[in-house]
Amino acid sequence: MTSIARPPLLVGCAAGFSGDRTDAAGPVVDTLIARLAQGPSGQRAFLIFETLAERTLALAQLRRRADPEAGYEPLLDAMLRPVLARCLLHGIRIVSNFGAANPRAAARHIARMARELGATAPRIAVVEGDDLSSPEQRALLREQLGARMDGLAVVSANAYIGAEPIAAALDAGAQIVVCGRVADPSLTVGPAMSHFGWRADDWTVLGRATMAGHLLECGAQVCGGYFADPGYKDVPGLERVGFPIAEIEADGRCTIGKADGTGGLVTESTVKEQLLYEVHDPAAYLTPDVIADIGEAQVAAQDTDRVLLTGVRGHARPSHYKVNVCHEGGWLAEGEISYAGARAEARARLAADVLRSRLAGLTLRVDLIGALSLFNDDAGHALAATPDSGMRDVRLRVAATHADRAEAERLGREVMALYTCGPAGGGGVRSTLTPRLNTLSCLLAREAVPVRFEMVAP
Amino acid sequence: MNCITVPLYRAAHGRTGDKGDRSNISVIAWHTDLFALLVEQITPEAVAAQFRHRSPSCVQRFVLPRLQAMNFVLDAVLDGGVNDALNLDAHGKALSFLLLELPIDVPDHLQHLLAGPSGSP
Repeated sequence: MTSIARPPLLVGCAAGFSGDRTDAAGPVVDTLIARLAQGPSGQRAFLIFETLAERTLALAQLRRRADPEAGYEPLLDAMLRPVLARCLLHGIRIVSNFGAANPRAAARHIARMARELGATAPRIAVVEGDDLSSPEQRALLREQLGARMDGLAVVSANAYIGAEPIAAALDAGAQIVVCGRVADPSLTVGPAMSHFGWRADDWTVLGRATMAGHLLECGAQVCGGYFADPGYKDVPGLERVGFPIAEIEADGRCTIGKADGTGGLVTESTVKEQLLYEVHDPAAYLTPDVIADIGEAQVAAQDTDRVLLTGVRGHARPSHYKVNVCHEGGWLAEGEISYAGARAEARARLAADVLRSRLAGLTLRVDLIGALSLFNDDAGHALAATPDSGMRDVRLRVAATHADRAEAERLGREVMALYTCGPAGGGGVRSTLTPRLNTLSCLLAREAVPVRFEMVAP
Repeated sequence: MNCITVPLYRAAHGRTGDKGDRSNISVIAWHTDLFALLVEQITPEAVAAQFRHRSPSCVQRFVLPRLQAMNFVLDAVLDGGVNDALNLDAHGKALSFLLLELPIDVPDHLQHLLAGPSGSP
């Protein structure tokens, strides 16, 4: 361990995805302020917002194309404005990937917001290097992905970069760090590296902080959000579920809790669900910072809504960054119609047969909402094996995808035609046509991805 | 030994995650003493059979005794994943509840550890 003696670090999370609740940060910041007032001197607190999913960045890139000043988290203002002045006043620093496809524009927006709130101009850093859209980088990606790249309308190409530039920006005095595509746990690892002075190859502590970040990165999910199942997993006050706060020790151990005065709960069960969320081999959770290992991890409830995570290990980080390339993927057509009353399901199934015949050339997915939809499969094996259950209120949903817009549009017209040409009594037709994004992934040597931070204000 | 057969959700809970066309589903025992039953009965083969209509190309199981949990990783069950699937639930977020419908045999002396209202199936 190289960590110097420092009091535990507090990291609160106020968003787990783009579009998360915008009133989450208030109670987290109130709690951080109270803890700082009671805590040891030298204690620090951070607020993180995690707002990027697999496709979010491509969507942001499309918005930036339409407006050069757009392309960052659309809810940035709504998420940050309620707490920005208090964070600056109380020394709570903010780290987020809400820069998405345009971290500099996000930083300008935050600087403007601070002015409007009458706060002292914050020192804002942007982290860059994840965006791989320069011609040289495209050529590198072509080397990795081969002919699959040819002819594709590429929308975005981003590397999942790590915590080092965040830590460097914080070491340089940034109060707010705006990132694009950094790995989600790195939002927590960066502050911990900076606070404790950890080396970038101290795998054990980085592994532990990574799993602390993993518990935080989905916002309310570790606090009873997405957990409730009445009678089995009851969650108090789900409508005002709180967001998490982790207390990270100098040796990387973490205690996960939640904002005071909020609903939800933090138990061994909620922590275990989140610990394994989107993990494959538990001994090898790959991030750009470290390979975290929860094979021997343990959780232990401390007191109400406080759970200690121990036993996490870390191994040397991968030599390559993961890169996601998003490209235009044709069109998704969807149509729905409902049938009710006697033999409703039989009529819905007949309508599906009509559509299958009429839409030759499109591979149709068919769901009977209320009978079988989410567990169903695109090929319809499950639906074919499921007998008519006599459902009296069933919504037929069909979907297809096609590269050509005109072909995809046929689906909506045929569903509409069921009004007069289909089985009896169908109603409530809705249809949509959505442009699709597809993704290719590859690995790129770290040396090919020059990451950096830059102070942009004041 | 007398046993009753109950759905897995009375013995365990879980959550689904996705990356690309790969789904991971955790199965977490409600009680330490139920964990051995899960390891014995909720095998990769049992899970593969429950998802056969999704044609998984591979089902891996990782056992985590200290968490009384298992992690199942199912390849190619998301019909291409969030970008390609035509499913309303392209992430497959509902799939933990499909896995939790698997039947499990529980001996009499462990029945009091099962979750849910007494008398529930």
